[in-house]
Amino acid sequence: MALKKFFNEMYSDDGKARPHYEAFGDWLTNTPPEKITQNRQAADLLFHRVGITFAVYGEATGTERLIPFDIVPHVIPGKQWEQVSKGLKQRVTALNAFLHDIYHEQNILRAGKVPAHKVIKNSQFRPEMIGINVPGGIYAHVAGIDLVKDFDGEYYVLEDNLRTPSGVSYLLENRKMMMRLFPELFAQQRIRPVDHYPDLLLETLRNAAPVGIDNPTIVLMTPGNFNSAYFEHAFLAQQMGIELVEGVDLFVQEDTVFMRTTQGPQKVDVIYRRIDDDFIDPEAFRKDSMLGVPGLMRAYRAGRVTLANAVGTGVADDKSMYPYVPDMIRFYLDEEPILKNVHTYMLDDKKDLDYVLANMQDLVIKEAQGSGGYNMLVGPTSTKEERERYKQRVLDAPERFIAQPTLSLSVCPTFVDKGLAPRHIDLRPYVLSGKNVSFVPGGLTRVALREGSLVVNSSQGGGVKDTWIVD
Amino acid sequence: MLSRTASTLYWMSRNVERAENTARILDVAHRMSLLTKDPDLQDQEWFAPLNITGTLFPFSGRHAIVNSKEVLHFMALDADNPSSIYSCARQARENARAVRGTITSEMWEVLNGTWLEMQNMDEDRLYARGISSFFDWVKERSHLFRGVTFGTIRRDEAFQFHRLGTYLERADNTARMLDVKYHVLLPSVEDVGGAVDYYQWSAVLRSVSAFESYRKVYRDIITPLKVAELLILRDDIPRSMRFCYRDVYQILCEVQNRASMEATRQAGEIYAALQFGTMQNIFQAGLHEYLTSFLESSNKLSGEVDKAFFARTLSATA
Repeated sequence: MALKKFFNEMYSDDGKARPHYEAFGDWLTNTPPEKITQNRQAADLLFHRVGITFAVYGEATGTERLIPFDIVPHVIPGKQWEQVSKGLKQRVTALNAFLHDIYHEQNILRAGKVPAHKVIKNSQFRPEMIGINVPGGIYAHVAGIDLVKDFDGEYYVLEDNLRTPSGVSYLLENRKMMMRLFPELFAQQRIRPVDHYPDLLLETLRNAAPVGIDNPTIVLMTPGNFNSAYFEHAFLAQQMGIELVEGVDLFVQEDTVFMRTTQGPQKVDVIYRRIDDDFIDPEAFRKDSMLGVPGLMRAYRAGRVTLANAVGTGVADDKSMYPYVPDMIRFYLDEEPILKNVHTYMLDDKKDLDYVLANMQDLVIKEAQGSGGYNMLVGPTSTKEERERYKQRVLDAPERFIAQPTLSLSVCPTFVDKGLAPRHIDLRPYVLSGKNVSFVPGGLTRVALREGSLVVNSSQGGGVKDTWIVD
Repeated sequence: MLSRTASTLYWMSRNVERAENTARILDVAHRMSLLTKDPDLQDQEWFAPLNITGTLFPFSGRHAIVNSKEVLHFMALDADNPSSIYSCARQARENARAVRGTITSEMWEVLNGTWLEMQNMDEDRLYARGISSFFDWVKERSHLFRGVTFGTIRRDEAFQFHRLGTYLERADNTARMLDVKYHVLLPSVEDVGGAVDYYQWSAVLRSVSAFESYRKVYRDIITPLKVAELLILRDDIPRSMRFCYRDVYQILCEVQNRASMEATRQAGEIYAALQFGTMQNIFQAGLHEYLTSFLESSNKLSGEVDKAFFARTLSATA
């Protein structure tokens, strides 16, 4: 493989630390290796004791793994972040407007900006939501927008996550850990704080309450303690001081949702659910769901309870919808998109399909509705057989796939077995939509720990880093 | 508080308390077996832990002989024995994980840390570390958990259900232990004052950390009647049945709901009997009969608590 150039977050081409990395670079040069090793071990030990683990599907029941944490932070200059945050706000506002529109007047479809069949026929489009008015017109209360930096140092949106994006607990725990390990670095420079995320989230959820309810009872609904993100569900519920409920704890009577408590039934107004649409109500969606609450959709449609995120947001974060987001921004906000999209080939288009099949070794091909980094083909690192097999799958149902050029994701120095080495990273900011759009500075930085790998998902050997916005 | 959460907290505490009690019981058996050089008599001591915990039957299903090695493995390390220390530590940690949003991070860290260490324990490590040192560790972890809980958790329902589980489990354990040792507590006339009895009684006291208290309370030689009195009727011994039930009754009064009247009544009845009972009456009725009937009532109460607070069938109009 030809040597490709990547944007290095920490070092410029002359090998010097960039200005915003100076403080950390100094620490790295002036600290004896034993002390660095010590800090890394301390971090490992602490994470284990605190029990910040995630469950891995497909392994023996109850398997819990520690997500690898790297002590070299991803540092972003404040000025650059200002620009990114404007772009995030713009993008999420447009996505919420799009969701409201397609479940009401469908103006954007009539204007021909987004092909109607791609929305209406999408398996994530929920006809049950048509005509339902959700409080404040907000559908995606919590959005995770995945950003990557190309070799020119410019940010691109890789994908939008509008269903139940996870990972924010790592963001918070990573920061806690870094402050513990490097108090002197936090004293030396202004690193914007992130610990108020639970406050912002609580505020967002309170704002989402059905009209007329001043002091809503809010709960966080989890699929249960075998879910891979259970730690995060418990953590957020605790940080916000709300109940962590499972389906069995709730029931619906006369279109009102109650939870079973030691003091009898208690009415519930807002459900921050971390469980997919398909599973929330066996009466409305999957009949075999043991995780849901029968009648929940009835209560929701009657406006007696708010679900955050709303039902039916999946249609907007689908990879087949992604190429149209810039047009949504222009259509609803009459603005030019601030954050760029990665060029995307739609394989239901004959021209795109031909191009993609002829250039598979240079592209990344994904299922439009896949997630978690599974079932994708990373052209440059694939074998001929893998490409042939994938080609067959694509030809069977081209409309189910999209392709993108392999981005040269930026790299950040990362501790691996043989020492410090550059590894690819991405960034997921969490964007909250209520009365206003709000977020904590930065986001969760994920790092692909395998050399050359571009897949940062924790289920695929990815790790995490703290993200510093410095002024 | 969610019914499921209350139930999980309650069982979390019962599991911690059970692990501690099992360690205490095994520690006593271990000490007693050291008092004799006769291997047969040594093995004899290892029946008691099985009888106290009511696990002789499942034990004999899998082990041909009763001796220290087999019983220790079964009750301390056996992952397939649901009441082994190992299983209790695992279960308590699973419970804690399920209510992590309700307990404090310090409580979670104690139970998680205990489990991580327990997971690495096997027979070789147990003997290398020393049996007594292992039991001390289990007790210390339980003390730590109690202290951390007491020092960090808000005084709300979560705290009450934690205590409810602890005291119900503890009262049960004290009663079971007395019941198994009752034949020792009622010796034939000629044995009175014998060295073996002295050690048996003091072992019972030590197993509930009440040896020093006995001396302070009675300033007297150890007699069966007084040992029983101390552990059943005294209101100032934290592992006595009366002490535990005073709290059980009080907690049930505090957390009462529309469905819990019967549970409160039953607890009150048991507490009243302990509060106003006399040793003369208990020994007249027969200690074994008395304890058997106590264990039955306490079992019934557990069922009632379950129905009143943890049941999933409550509806808005009920």
